[in-house]
Amino acid sequence: MVKAYLGVDVGSVSTNMVVMDENEQVLESLYIRTMGQPVKAVQSGLKTLGERIGNSVTIEGVGTTGSARTLTAVLVGADAVKNEITAHAVAVSRKVPGAQTIIEIGGQDSKIIIMRDGIVIDFAMNTVCAAGTGSFLDQQAVRLNIPIEDFGELALKAKTPVRIAGRCAVFAESDMIHKQQLGHSTEDIIAGLCEALVRNYLNNVGKGKEILAPIVFQGGVAANIGIKAAFEKALKQELTIPEHYDVMGAVGCCYLGREAARNKPTGFKGWEAAQFHFRPTSFECKGCPNLCEVIQIFENDVLVARWGDRCGKWSNVNVKVG
Amino acid sequence: MKISFPIMGNSYIAFKQLIRDIGHEPLMAPMPSARTMTLGTMYSPEFACIPFKILMGTYIEAIEKGTDVIISSGGHGPCRAGYYGILHQRIINDLGYNTKVIVFDSVIRTFGDFVKKISWLLDEGKTGWWRFATVFHVVWDKLMALDEIEILSFHIRPYEINKGETSRVYSKCLEMMDQAENRVRIREARDACFQLLHSIPQDKSREPLKIGVIGEIYVLIEPFANLDMQATLGEMGVFTERGTHLSNWTKDNMFMSRHQSRIITAAKPYLRQMIGGHGINSVAETVLYAQRGFDGVIQLAPFSCIPEIVAKGLMPKISRDAGIPVMTIFLDEQMGKAGMQTRLEAFVDLLQQRRQKRLGGAVSW
Repeated sequence: MVKAYLGVDVGSVSTNMVVMDENEQVLESLYIRTMGQPVKAVQSGLKTLGERIGNSVTIEGVGTTGSARTLTAVLVGADAVKNEITAHAVAVSRKVPGAQTIIEIGGQDSKIIIMRDGIVIDFAMNTVCAAGTGSFLDQQAVRLNIPIEDFGELALKAKTPVRIAGRCAVFAESDMIHKQQLGHSTEDIIAGLCEALVRNYLNNVGKGKEILAPIVFQGGVAANIGIKAAFEKALKQELTIPEHYDVMGAVGCCYLGREAARNKPTGFKGWEAAQFHFRPTSFECKGCPNLCEVIQIFENDVLVARWGDRCGKWSNVNVKVG
Repeated sequence: MKISFPIMGNSYIAFKQLIRDIGHEPLMAPMPSARTMTLGTMYSPEFACIPFKILMGTYIEAIEKGTDVIISSGGHGPCRAGYYGILHQRIINDLGYNTKVIVFDSVIRTFGDFVKKISWLLDEGKTGWWRFATVFHVVWDKLMALDEIEILSFHIRPYEINKGETSRVYSKCLEMMDQAENRVRIREARDACFQLLHSIPQDKSREPLKIGVIGEIYVLIEPFANLDMQATLGEMGVFTERGTHLSNWTKDNMFMSRHQSRIITAAKPYLRQMIGGHGINSVAETVLYAQRGFDGVIQLAPFSCIPEIVAKGLMPKISRDAGIPVMTIFLDEQMGKAGMQTRLEAFVDLLQQRRQKRLGGAVSW
């Protein structure tokens, strides 16, 4: 049995899991669509991983991140629960030492992380607009009837990229349709879209940030060589795409889980947690005008966690709801 | 006359007394809630900022409870808030109500108008100017005491051993302050509140990060508008202060206070003119927090707020010059806390690592 660490990143679009050994080698990685059901996604991931390597590794530490990090922590028994920015930065600081800028574009959100000497000194996340993220690219690929995997390659074939308004996904789409109806080639439109998204990213998320090389590009969208090329053109720099670019948050969680469980036994519930029956419920607390929406998680009909209350009176699972 | 007013942090406790003591019936609008937001966004122009919309909702809720008059304050300089009182009045009339909105603008800039409005209120309440002066002093004391108590709660919260206790004690303090109605009682209540807050079990060995919170006044002061960010940070173990409290803001608008001239001086290398709203304060306070050795600054801005956008544009330079990280959070009608939580956690991690690095220790995540 080899000592290993589990990292889980549950985002809006994908659930990523990584198992990393003591020598920081990624043994297994999974990229599952969350499909709006984080509990199911995490459990099916646990099942798959358990079947693949459950017999050859012992998990010594677990970390979770992503928008469902708190929920996931209960499902797997996490030792570390961290925000996405820190998780991504940790992964990059170990996998691409010396990196000064991280461009991360996922399904629904995009971020920029500025690092100097291995620590985060500044960051930004998209706030009001999801233009330029993976979901939008997915949508456009479907509309143009192009498999998303071919999207980037087609963009590279463009001769004269068309200018497309990138400020807003809705504007971009109507602009694209207008250009397409004028007779521009699909390749030129796709390349134009890639450039528009990059412009949008740099103007929104990257605004006011000092983007210095080495620049790491990661997240699901890093698979798109058209976007990578557009970034390189705009920044006049080459971008580094790390080996596990699509699961870097989960890689970071392996490190975080290792550190958190260094001097204590891990809280990992085991691969069999895939079989547990988890049931989330919620109620509105009427104790004060805040009317907090309290979430409760039952594991095999035993209440194991509760959150969402401002005052903390429900955080103790022994308190009865009356 | 029944008089209502916007809810902004704990100031309602003082305003309630002011209105009653000048001979009117104070009408408390319900605390801002999801319903306030729904009403406010339904009846406001889509492009208005979130303070306008929450106030709109509050006014409608006050009207539903039967208020005759709403008093509010105006904005100044190139900020839309200067026009908001008029717009609120029009929307209220269009909805078929005849409730009157009275807007008090800065007393230095609009002296005559200010006096006229006060004098109307006093006449209606059959209160003389002499009595008003006394009432004003008492209410002023109350407002100051409320601010002092709130500031102390932000100082104590990061040390609390039982999470949430400071917030519980603080709400008890607000009740005590609400009961105190003359200068002696206000002083007593204030002292008692201080004692209560100080007696919260604390772990003084902690060395909390210090974050200065700056930005537009309404979203800064009203916890409902900022998803209770300052208390959230406190419970994450962060010591916070904010630039604007109602007491110092009122002073700045009554006469040129020392606070305001300090603001203008501190902002000078970056901004030499008033840009409306609290833009110049945001710039200056960032500089001042850096000088005081704070670890970071969080700027709160209503989405689309021009003065704060201008201030944000200056932040990269100030941040570099002063060596203080700044994070800007734009607030709008979304009430989900997850996005804010992620950003706060990441910012706190960043500041923690920066401090570890400065102290020369190993950086842990």
